[in-house]
Amino acid sequence: MQWPPPWRRSPLLSASPPPGPVKGFLRPVRMSEAARLYHYVTPAESAMEGRWQTRPSLRPASPTNAPAHRQPPLANVCQQNYGAPQDPVEPAGLRSASHVTGSSLGKAEVACGSRRRWAELVPESSWSPAVGASKMKVKMLSRNPDNYVRETKLDLQRVPRNYDPTLHPFEVPREYVRALNATKLERVFAKPFLASLDGHRDGVNCLAKHPKNLATVLSGACDGEVRIWNLTQRNCIRTIQAHEGFVRGVCTRFCGTSFFTVGDDKTVKQWKMDGPGYGEEEEPLHTILGKTVYTGIDHHWKEAVFATCGQQVDIWDEQRTNPICSMTWGFDSISSVKFNPVETFLLGSCASDRNIVLYDMRQATPLKKVILDMRTNTICWNPMEAFIFTAANEDYNLYTFDMRALDTPVMVHMDHVSAVLDVDYSPTGKEFVSASFDKSIRIFPVDKSRSRYVPTSKPKTTHYSLRYQNVYFQLTSREKAAKDYNQKLKEKFQHYPHIKRIARHRHLPKSIYSQIQEQRIMKEARRRKEVNRIKHSKPGSVPIVSEKKKHIVAVVK
Amino acid sequence: MNVNQVAESLLALSQQEELVDLPKNCPLSENEDDGDSDGERKHQKLLEAISSLDGKNRRKLAERSEASLKVSEFNVSSEGSGEKLVLADLLELVKTSSSLATVKKQLNRVKSRKVVELPLNKEKIEQIHREVAFGKTSGVLSKWDPIVLKNQQAEQLAFPLGKEQPAIAPIEHALSGWKARTPLEQEIFNLLHKNKRPVTDPLLTPMEKASLRAMSLEEAKMHRAELQRARALQSYYEAKARREKKIKSKKYHKVVKKGKARKASKELEQLQKVNPTVALEELEKFENARMMERMSLKHQNSGKWAKSKAIMAKYDLEARQAMQEQLAKNKELTQKFQVASEIEEEKGCTEEVEELLVPHVVNEVQMNVDGLNPWMLRNCTSDTREAATQEDPEQLPEPATHEVSESEGEERPVAEEEILLRDFEERRSLRKRSELNQDAEPAGIQETKDSSCQDVLSELRALSQKLKENHQSRKQKASSEGTVPRVQREEPAPEEAAPLLLQRPERVQTLEELEELGKEDCFQNKEIPRPVLEGQQSERTPNNRPDAPKEKKEKEQLIDLQNLLTTQSPSVRSLAVPTTIEELEDEEERDQRQMIKEAFAGDDVIRNFLKEKREAVEASKPKDVDLTLPGWGEWGGVGLKPSTKKRRRFLKAPEGPPRKDKNLPNVFISEKRNIHVAAHQVQVLPYPFTHHRQFERTIQTPVGSTWNTQRAFQKLTTPKVVTKPGHIIKPIKAEDVELK
Repeated sequence: MQWPPPWRRSPLLSASPPPGPVKGFLRPVRMSEAARLYHYVTPAESAMEGRWQTRPSLRPASPTNAPAHRQPPLANVCQQNYGAPQDPVEPAGLRSASHVTGSSLGKAEVACGSRRRWAELVPESSWSPAVGASKMKVKMLSRNPDNYVRETKLDLQRVPRNYDPTLHPFEVPREYVRALNATKLERVFAKPFLASLDGHRDGVNCLAKHPKNLATVLSGACDGEVRIWNLTQRNCIRTIQAHEGFVRGVCTRFCGTSFFTVGDDKTVKQWKMDGPGYGEEEEPLHTILGKTVYTGIDHHWKEAVFATCGQQVDIWDEQRTNPICSMTWGFDSISSVKFNPVETFLLGSCASDRNIVLYDMRQATPLKKVILDMRTNTICWNPMEAFIFTAANEDYNLYTFDMRALDTPVMVHMDHVSAVLDVDYSPTGKEFVSASFDKSIRIFPVDKSRSRYVPTSKPKTTHYSLRYQNVYFQLTSREKAAKDYNQKLKEKFQHYPHIKRIARHRHLPKSIYSQIQEQRIMKEARRRKEVNRIKHSKPGSVPIVSEKKKHIVAVVK
Repeated sequence: MNVNQVAESLLALSQQEELVDLPKNCPLSENEDDGDSDGERKHQKLLEAISSLDGKNRRKLAERSEASLKVSEFNVSSEGSGEKLVLADLLELVKTSSSLATVKKQLNRVKSRKVVELPLNKEKIEQIHREVAFGKTSGVLSKWDPIVLKNQQAEQLAFPLGKEQPAIAPIEHALSGWKARTPLEQEIFNLLHKNKRPVTDPLLTPMEKASLRAMSLEEAKMHRAELQRARALQSYYEAKARREKKIKSKKYHKVVKKGKARKASKELEQLQKVNPTVALEELEKFENARMMERMSLKHQNSGKWAKSKAIMAKYDLEARQAMQEQLAKNKELTQKFQVASEIEEEKGCTEEVEELLVPHVVNEVQMNVDGLNPWMLRNCTSDTREAATQEDPEQLPEPATHEVSESEGEERPVAEEEILLRDFEERRSLRKRSELNQDAEPAGIQETKDSSCQDVLSELRALSQKLKENHQSRKQKASSEGTVPRVQREEPAPEEAAPLLLQRPERVQTLEELEELGKEDCFQNKEIPRPVLEGQQSERTPNNRPDAPKEKKEKEQLIDLQNLLTTQSPSVRSLAVPTTIEELEDEEERDQRQMIKEAFAGDDVIRNFLKEKREAVEASKPKDVDLTLPGWGEWGGVGLKPSTKKRRRFLKAPEGPPRKDKNLPNVFISEKRNIHVAAHQVQVLPYPFTHHRQFERTIQTPVGSTWNTQRAFQKLTTPKVVTKPGHIIKPIKAEDVELK
């Protein structure tokens, strides 16, 4: 006897799973954990501390979408003023009232109203009859209202203050404690994970940002599906079965009206960004059939030109089916190609024979090639500094190069404990985010070799691709002042051991933690060996190679 | 290079000893280098000229002047004309012959002319190309250097860099490329077009525009005023309705409802006069309503409210009345409406009806109730009876008799019941008064409540008492007889109202017990002091009561057990551990000590050390500080000093923790060092600073607004990077930074 009996078996259980992509009422099954997108928030310069738990307001910036001023500001969820001094403009007795109103203007109104009321309640004349009756001279505290009442509510509050340092002692200890609190709170509220965008049925292989809309993100999966997401609503706007096999690359056109995809089926397809109209079928605007598999694609930042990579770097005109020019240097598969966002005729690519090659589109030649110890997976150009790019390497490091001097990287960024898979610059060009095979992502300042930040939270999946998108929070002026002050304090006292320790403390997954320990030991052993070799050999016979130069094999002109 | 080549060729000739003339050879070599056909021709001419100069050996030799694939075998003349040529002659000729000046010149010319090198291999060329391109690109890129440097050193960077104008496209532009595609859209647009609504310009229709143009200012004002008035009136009306809706008085609502009904009936009558067809329709409506009523369970005394009322009906006149009303209503609603013919018959009565101020329909119903349909009445009374039997069987005989006797009219049974109820109440009030006098002390809380509440309370108490009695009697009877019919048991209840008074002391006892229980059991005391407020609870209490003493006993037992436990605590005996002191002092050791003593006889190290330690300990002790504040806790002022008592209290410094070397006479541990401070002190000068004083100064200048003016505070805390919310930061452009 079988249980449950056939009449009680649910149709889902009894029916054999249909072949191919599941449609209809069945819920799509997630194949792997990596089949979703994770949306993080970072304590970037734009974001604030102490507000990680609140819902951010991601605003589309394009004028066609809702303009920023129409949206109501977020409710003040967290009005604490961490360690920061109160606004001196605000009178002490009315603090609670100002908390209610929130905005500086409203605050002023509350303060003003109460003052006036006080003046009405205790007019000097009302006292006089009683005084006269008793014939006693009473000295009263009287103030001239001109000294403290504003003429209009738009005036600044006149607050008598005495900045005599003897009245405000212990500046350093007090600020030290404030800095300590600010540092601790930063750690407490560092909850960067915002949301995961579920929907892909296979691993997500590539990502692209919308150039005109902050809320839109495109993703290509390993089953050939491309999805367009809305980050504000956290849902999928559109799903396209773009290719057979992997989607190897996605890139948007600079105007944001269409996007390009390349896949394992040797095709390049151009799609409209908006969905198909009524009665139209979901099909690409153009399809280019190639001879070889394309592994990456990037669009020019100003012109109707895009570049693909595979066995060679091809530059295409959007209107033609043959490349304008194809550039090769050596014969190896090129894994990614990127246009320089500033000097738009420049391209960079990295191939699997461990090299990074730079190209000039105008002169149709490669410019220079640098060979590293290990293979580079991706490069990304700095959007604010035309000649700087960062390469994500398999040897756990990232290298920031000045393209005019490739023999020495400007900075070696080392914190990952496994191959670095992708890198993307922040729009301000001050830092970049990198994803690694060790299932972590890290944020590096451009000029620091160590990561500033590693978001640690639940999703422990390998991030194959990632993009840096600024997220904005609504802050009141007081919150902003407190944030800036806290930031300054943290900077000021950053060298103090206690504060340094707290600021550097991270809760890492055990695997990463143990790997870091292991690699530290390995590195120390290597260093010791080198030191010993230098010590025990003839002076000058063993050359001392700096860490920056160590990983560069050669620069080919 | 050319010369070399010539020389080489000459050497080769000499070695092979071939009879080839130099002048013949010369062009050959030249031809190799320079494939110019013009030059060849010139050479040919030159050679002829040379040969003509030399008159002696003028022999026309078939000669090959250029390397060609087709070489005729007849023209080959490497052997010459058979004369032997000696190298020495040749050399002599070169030296002496003046005719060779031209050749020399040519040679010179050849020497001076630059020769294009061999083309390089492809890789080399590509490399060169790359290098050149790289150089150019580097040049282009280096124009960014100052900007990058400036941005890196900037105090503050505000993003986005360029001033972008938010281009808000007008809706016409957005709509220009848009077409209605879906059926819905098309329908909407069709409608819009049909009504000449604006599609692109969303302002006004032509009609509206025209009307706008047509209306004068005064008119508009009047129109507006009208509208305002209407709005105001509406708001008043709404406010009134809201106010009326809020009124809680049932009477009021009843009156309103009745008024409405009356109005409706009046209208109906009028309609019948004026427009009989409409009136018929109205009547149909009534009929429908009746059908609905018959179908529904409303007013059938089967709802929750009705059931509760049925329970209370026995004691409460109002409840009974309410039930009756309910039933009457049901009857009224289910009553078949009199057809117009009847009404027409009773036309004469209408005035009377109006005087009575009772709706026509109601009257009819009344009439029906009285005379026309006795079965209906019967039905509804039986309904009530059934409900009553379900709830309290004791009432069964009474209403039945009433019913049988007073089936003719409704008023009489009600009156009788009322009389009965009044009797009950009187008795209750009497009882209550007597109770109040005697129960004043135990029921202190209950006194505070108003009389009505007391009434209910006493009633319920009586009930509970009855129940208890029943319980007891049942117990007694259970031992003797076994089962007792329920009706018998409960029948005497109304008659026993008087004897209840006599049983009061017992009840008081029980109450006291309950209170005691409450004191003991903190869990139950919340319910028990005022259990009588609700009937259920009061019923429950007697059930609980017999258990109470048991519980008390148990409690006591528990406490006893605890006492036992505490007394039986085991006594701990301290074991005196025998300590054996080994007093083994060898003589040798003693000798050594003696020796050391003798050696250091002059300086008393130990004493010095002890002295030093004592001094250090003294120094490290916290000093007394006078912390007295004049005026606190006593009078203060000029010439007044704080009392010695207070001074003594605040003068003494608090004792610190005991020293670590307190019990170590030979050790002196300095306690000046505080390890906890180390975490808050910077040990090494941090990177950008070059001198420790520099660092200290930066630390000592405060940033906060407590120490700085608002402006200074803002300046000090400006962030390095400022971003505008909701703006896309685009990559840097040459236009943004004014680069050409």
